[in-house]
Amino acid sequence: MKKSVFFGALTVAGLAAGAAAAGTLDDVKARGKLNCGVTTGLVGFAAPDANGEWNGFDVSVCRAVAAAVLGDASAVEFVPTTGKTRFTALASGEIDMLARNTTWTFSRDVDLKFTFVGVNYYDGQGFMVPKELGVSSAKDLDGATVCIQTGTTTELNLADFFRSNNISYEPVPIETNAEAQQQYLAGACDVYTTDASGLAATRATFEAPGDHTLLPEIISKEPLGPLVRHGDNEWGDVVRWTLNALITAEELGVTSANISEMAAGTNNPEINRLLGTEGTLGEMLGLDADWAMKAIAAGGNYGEVFEKNIGESTPIGLARGLNAQWTEGGLIYSPPFR
Amino acid sequence: MTIMTDPPQESFRLSMLLNDTRYRSYTFQFIALIVLIASAAFLMSNLFSNLAAAGLNISYQFLGSPAGYDINQTLIAYDSQSTNARAALVGILNTLLVAFLACVTATIFGVIAGVLRLSNNWLVSKLMSFYVEIFRNIPVLIWIIIIFTIMIAVLPGPRAFRGDEPSASMVLNAVAFTNRGVYIPAPVWGPGSLVVVATFILSVFGVFAYRRYATKLLYDTGRLLPMGWPSLAILFVPTLLIYFIMGMPIGLDYPELKGFNFSGGIKVGGPLIALWFALSIYTGAFIAENVRAGIQAISKGQSEAAGALGLRQGRIMNLVVLPQALRVIIPPLISQYLNITKNSSLAIAVGYADVTATLGGITLNQTGRAIECVLLLMLFYLTISLSISAIMNVYNNSVKLKER
Repeated sequence: MKKSVFFGALTVAGLAAGAAAAGTLDDVKARGKLNCGVTTGLVGFAAPDANGEWNGFDVSVCRAVAAAVLGDASAVEFVPTTGKTRFTALASGEIDMLARNTTWTFSRDVDLKFTFVGVNYYDGQGFMVPKELGVSSAKDLDGATVCIQTGTTTELNLADFFRSNNISYEPVPIETNAEAQQQYLAGACDVYTTDASGLAATRATFEAPGDHTLLPEIISKEPLGPLVRHGDNEWGDVVRWTLNALITAEELGVTSANISEMAAGTNNPEINRLLGTEGTLGEMLGLDADWAMKAIAAGGNYGEVFEKNIGESTPIGLARGLNAQWTEGGLIYSPPFR
Repeated sequence: MTIMTDPPQESFRLSMLLNDTRYRSYTFQFIALIVLIASAAFLMSNLFSNLAAAGLNISYQFLGSPAGYDINQTLIAYDSQSTNARAALVGILNTLLVAFLACVTATIFGVIAGVLRLSNNWLVSKLMSFYVEIFRNIPVLIWIIIIFTIMIAVLPGPRAFRGDEPSASMVLNAVAFTNRGVYIPAPVWGPGSLVVVATFILSVFGVFAYRRYATKLLYDTGRLLPMGWPSLAILFVPTLLIYFIMGMPIGLDYPELKGFNFSGGIKVGGPLIALWFALSIYTGAFIAENVRAGIQAISKGQSEAAGALGLRQGRIMNLVVLPQALRVIIPPLISQYLNITKNSSLAIAVGYADVTATLGGITLNQTGRAIECVLLLMLFYLTISLSISAIMNVYNNSVKLKER
């Protein structure tokens, strides 16, 4: 199966090599649809709802880009990818961008030839255990069986963590989050490890979330962000600045509620430049003047997207923490719109 | 090709390549060959120029760098600091292990089901055809997942063995069936155990020698020596005697609960069991059909003649029908063995660390060297398949009809 995917990808890569050079932005405009790679289903980040409509934190980035480029937040074709298939899908041109809680690492950026356009969630790898085990620290996990999603950075972090603490474990490699959940709940593994946000999202879907606890150790840095292929800087800029527009909007207090009012013109020049009533930022990107306004109107600013999908009022209940604006002690920071 | 037996006398002219039917086919074959080579060359150069344009260079240096991940079933020493090449080797051994086990059990299932399907007992033959039709017509991936899911859901976790009133207990205090795998006692080789093992190996040779002697005696003099109990006696009595004389040097290491899991003993992992069992019953259903076809290919006259000579039913099957049926059974059996080996690459569905999961999965993902890894995988499966088929062909040659 994988071989056919590979050769398919190879063929597509061969055929698309000429087309890719023409520019992803033009391709997306001509197609009228954005192909966006997401997870196969992680509630809060990207999962289809009862009507088959994709929703979530990562999905909102896709929708914002579609709104900025095509003016229509629903003009997105969501392509579910696993930890293993995501990079092939992006490299082959099957998807235009990948927004799938993917960790920004040196080798992915440099060796795999991708461009991470920013960070939309600062995460770290954690552990979830059933409360009845009575474990209070990850260092007590000597000899435990650990469920882990294969093809991710968590696999390597886990090996390093147990090795440096000189304790043993038995890995159970699993393809998707849903399978991991099934094995964890059946007791086929004692511990489930992935990014802490993913653990919180998974726990929220359990019948009895209170029976499971997240251990205090966060064993790695996992800056998650959308990424595009190397070599198409125009398209990279579009995705990067769409993300930055959402972040800047929160910083400047532009929300989906007051955006139409602010678009009429304000006395803050940065808001005016962002929303296109002043300057030619949209034109520089090859987009309409009101591109950022459409992106923000699609799902709200960064803070609104966070609160709606994974914030404390949702079952997932993640605090802003590192993901607060820099003005509020977090790491979320956008370069200026100028 | 009868024309070729009568070579043309007249001298060859270039126009004959097109006009003469004797040469025209060569012309077209030659043109087709040129076109084929040219298109292959075009695709290859296209591939390489695209790889170069994408900045992808083919390099196998990653094989020597540390893999960085752990594997749950390793037949050789391995840790996360071992190289990617060693991780691939661990995967290869795991693939070979499950393929070998599945080939053996699939053959046993297949022969039993194939013979029983021809039984005169209505219930038995219907049950067997039910088995064949059910298992043959549902994809093996689904069987693997069904068996694994049932194992996880039905068998207790190690936690259930804990406490004063555990809800699960070990069978005979020695074997623990858990949803992570089956834990069995492991032998502990004490000093002097080598003598016991050597005695046992000599006993095996002894059994063969005795049986050969008994057969020779039967053919030469007509005296019939008993086969069954002397064979068993030769096999076990000396070994047991030596075992007790040496002071019971071989002990058993029983699995026991320690921390999160059982420790000690040998663990046969759940993924291995699910994969092994699924491949066995699935391919066993195909082999059953091969066996049935082989048996039905032997004319009824053979068994009737054997019956007329006074042979019993079991002996007719073992001495007359099956040896002849093997000639028909072996060739399709080879391809079933190849299928098992290739289908074992579905291991990732249950997290079994075969070569597709290590080299073609985690290594590929962590290094991003997709082309190199897939080429190596193709080379490995090709080598294994060709080796299996070579070995089985040697066996086929030894049983096939000798034409004189």
